[in-house]
Amino acid sequence: MSTPQDWTPPTSAATRPGRDRPGRDHVVAGLKGTDEGGADLVQLLTPEGVRVPDPRFDSYAADVDVEMLKGLYRDLVLVRRFDREGNALQRQGQLGIWVPLLGQEAAQIGAGRAMAPQDMAFPSYREHGVAWTRGVDPTDLLGIFRGTDHGSWDPREKGFHLYTIVIGNQCLNATGYAMGQKFEGKVGGDDAEATMCFFGDGATSQGDVHEGFVWAAVYDAPVVFYCQNNQWAISEPTERQTRVPLYKRAQGYGFPGIRVDGNDVIACLAVTRWALEECRTGNGPVLVEAFTYRMDAHTTSDDPTRYRLADELELWKLKDPIERVRVHLVRSLGVEPEFFDDVQAQADELAARFRQFCVDMPAPAPDRMFSQVYAEGSPAVDAQREEFLAYHASFEGAS
Amino acid sequence: MLREFAMPDVGEGLTEAEVVTWNVAAGDVVTVNQVLCEIETAKAAVELPSPYAGTVGKLLVEPGQVVAVGSPIISIETAEAAAPAVEEDTGAKIGEVGKDGRVANLVGYGARPGAVTRRPRRGTTPPPAPPTPAPVQQSHSAATSRRESGFTAISPGGAGAGAAAGAVPLAKPPVRKLARDLGVDLRSVTPSGPGGVITRDDVQSHVVTPAAPAAVAAVGGVRREPIRGIRKHTAAAMVSSAFTAPHVTEFLAVDVTATMALRDRLRATREYAEVKLTPLAFVAKAVCLAARRTPELNARWDEAAGEIVYFDRMQLGIAAATPRGLIVPNVRDADTLTLRELAAALGELTATARAGRTSPADMAGGTFTITNVGVFGVDTGTPILNPGEAGILAVGAIKPTPWVVDGELAVRTVCQLALSFDHRLVDGEQGSRFLADVGALLTDPGLALTW
Ligand SMILES: Cc1ncc(C[n+]2csc(CCOP(=O)(O)OP(=O)(O)O)c2C)c(N)n1
Ligand SMILES: [Mg+2]
Repeated sequence: MSTPQDWTPPTSAATRPGRDRPGRDHVVAGLKGTDEGGADLVQLLTPEGVRVPDPRFDSYAADVDVEMLKGLYRDLVLVRRFDREGNALQRQGQLGIWVPLLGQEAAQIGAGRAMAPQDMAFPSYREHGVAWTRGVDPTDLLGIFRGTDHGSWDPREKGFHLYTIVIGNQCLNATGYAMGQKFEGKVGGDDAEATMCFFGDGATSQGDVHEGFVWAAVYDAPVVFYCQNNQWAISEPTERQTRVPLYKRAQGYGFPGIRVDGNDVIACLAVTRWALEECRTGNGPVLVEAFTYRMDAHTTSDDPTRYRLADELELWKLKDPIERVRVHLVRSLGVEPEFFDDVQAQADELAARFRQFCVDMPAPAPDRMFSQVYAEGSPAVDAQREEFLAYHASFEGAS
Repeated sequence: MLREFAMPDVGEGLTEAEVVTWNVAAGDVVTVNQVLCEIETAKAAVELPSPYAGTVGKLLVEPGQVVAVGSPIISIETAEAAAPAVEEDTGAKIGEVGKDGRVANLVGYGARPGAVTRRPRRGTTPPPAPPTPAPVQQSHSAATSRRESGFTAISPGGAGAGAAAGAVPLAKPPVRKLARDLGVDLRSVTPSGPGGVITRDDVQSHVVTPAAPAAVAAVGGVRREPIRGIRKHTAAAMVSSAFTAPHVTEFLAVDVTATMALRDRLRATREYAEVKLTPLAFVAKAVCLAARRTPELNARWDEAAGEIVYFDRMQLGIAAATPRGLIVPNVRDADTLTLRELAAALGELTATARAGRTSPADMAGGTFTITNVGVFGVDTGTPILNPGEAGILAVGAIKPTPWVVDGELAVRTVCQLALSFDHRLVDGEQGSRFLADVGALLTDPGLALTW
């Protein structure tokens, strides 16, 4: 199993076995993801459910008591539940596509719960958990995946931008937004604000991300670049994106980078709080690499058995983000079974509501796709609309 | 009420899927999201969860059957009363603007019964939807039906789409429009453009001389299977190879008694306890050694560059029959591996292939292929080159055979080898030397010490 290593200039081919040509492991198994986060990984709750001390970040999780942890657990379970329902609805022909977040719940809930109402988030397309923490109702996500709208929440009200499908593009938007916060004097004061930008390991290879990093660095923009390294960009492993651990890239741009256990909700919360604090006090930007794993397919259109082996998933199952919280609540904090039953019931209720909403969703009228193209209309679009409506009307029985 | 669940589009823009297995039977009680069946599409194998709770009425599709997206596959009796009229209404009227300004099934998915039938255009007689594939019918007469046939040509799953072999014909939008205006069904046009694209001229000349659909007179039953997936890929690869590389095939029968004896001795050693040492491993080793003496066999004709590319490493492809079809995964840098490493690599490679887990990366970049037809019990064949490669070796069945040893007839273990090579870059001299070398090594494996 390989981990991206620090790059050192090769002295000769012989000193870098396995780099120049694939080893037999690669040949037989295909390229692999990894589950080894390395020594720098910030972790506050182990996969076995043990709370471990961390002198640097404990203070950022000091208020995480039983009640708060129960709340985080509830978030994790509910988000996973509606994510699974989304997958099923796609298989039942109710959604055109679904982008599963399975395995990344803690990375998203921890980051989302660290945000203050006045902060702004720029998601990519998998951030259903962050959406949840920003008060976007899960049903509001459905239109995107049913192909009826591009998101039906008010980004300004929720502090959560619309989903971005173009990989890495939101890093530019987020940097620009953060610059705005800076220009408006929102950095430094009591009501200080910051921006969170969510993207994946694959996105780090995009020019937009690089440009965002450079700009944010040289202008000290208050933006947290939150990279969920889920080990895969569709079928490409992180090994095909970088030769250094991603968080170390920040150093080259001149801002701090940190790797957190993305399956540890407490660590994600603490590290993101720290990162946001840095930004709010004028020390931005910060790169956080949440080291996690995409446990399901890239989307419902993808078949991961074609490029990765099941043993990888089995390793990550042992690091499940929800199970470790449950174990900690039961063993260390004495939470009773009723609590878990109750959360499960709430999750099923949410899933049923999600399903019902989806099935009942009205399809938009055919002129809808032309209706919001230009604020004041355009002759070309108007002509297309007329032609399209006439075509629809040409069917028998059309009113 | 009785609900039907229609085959969903589980990828983006798939038109059909095969039901692989049913996990439920008529009369079973199912819950929402309980897995009903496994299906396979061009993209993936996935499980379909039930959209309804209730009792399974009927399975409407046999395992192995490929059905169009939108066709009902199962009926489930649910506890609820008949659905509200509104819903029934929208099911049949695809694309219609309802009284409330809504339109049903605009984006083409929605598990409603009847969703697969297309509403007729005004002033047309609806074409009968053939329940089984029928020869393509062309209509050139009525202006109205022209539009209809042009339209179905570009909408898979529409009425009559079952007639052609599934694939959507390739043509640029203006050409499609021309075809529609002229009432030409694009599926009946022979493409002449690069990459099988139908050109404007193709459409126009088709109007002049419409090709008569060849009626196939079938005696007894016929079974038609859409050409897709690995079958389609294999076909394209074989056609391109057979008609670009001039193939020469040479044969050699080899006495492999000594190699088989060596194999038995090695198998008894501790080093080989963990691996399955097959005759194929010896053949692989012999191929690597022989290619070192005749590098022309580990090379590639690069037409575009006007060059012959010689490889110093051997990426050894092994043709493997899998449940999904023929695939050729590679043993990387086979020439650097010991016999034991080769045996282990072959074992893992075939296990991976059988499990359907071979990644595209494992199949790319081969430089020479071995096909082990002997496992099917046959003696030899004339293998077709994996496109671009200079050589392919077929290994026949290994069996006791009468053989002349020192002027006397004896029973020896014999195997037939057949080598096909690309005569553009390999001449008879190199091809023969290579084959003779492989044979010599398998006859007397001790020779390897001297090379
Ligand atoms: C600019 C651009 N290029 C390619 C794509 C196609 N695409 C969609 S998702 C994806 C992989 C992204 O991987 P990663 O950044 O790791 O995010 P993840 O999906 O793993 O969350 C690609 C290449 C795209 N959407 N946009
Ligand atoms: Mg990724």
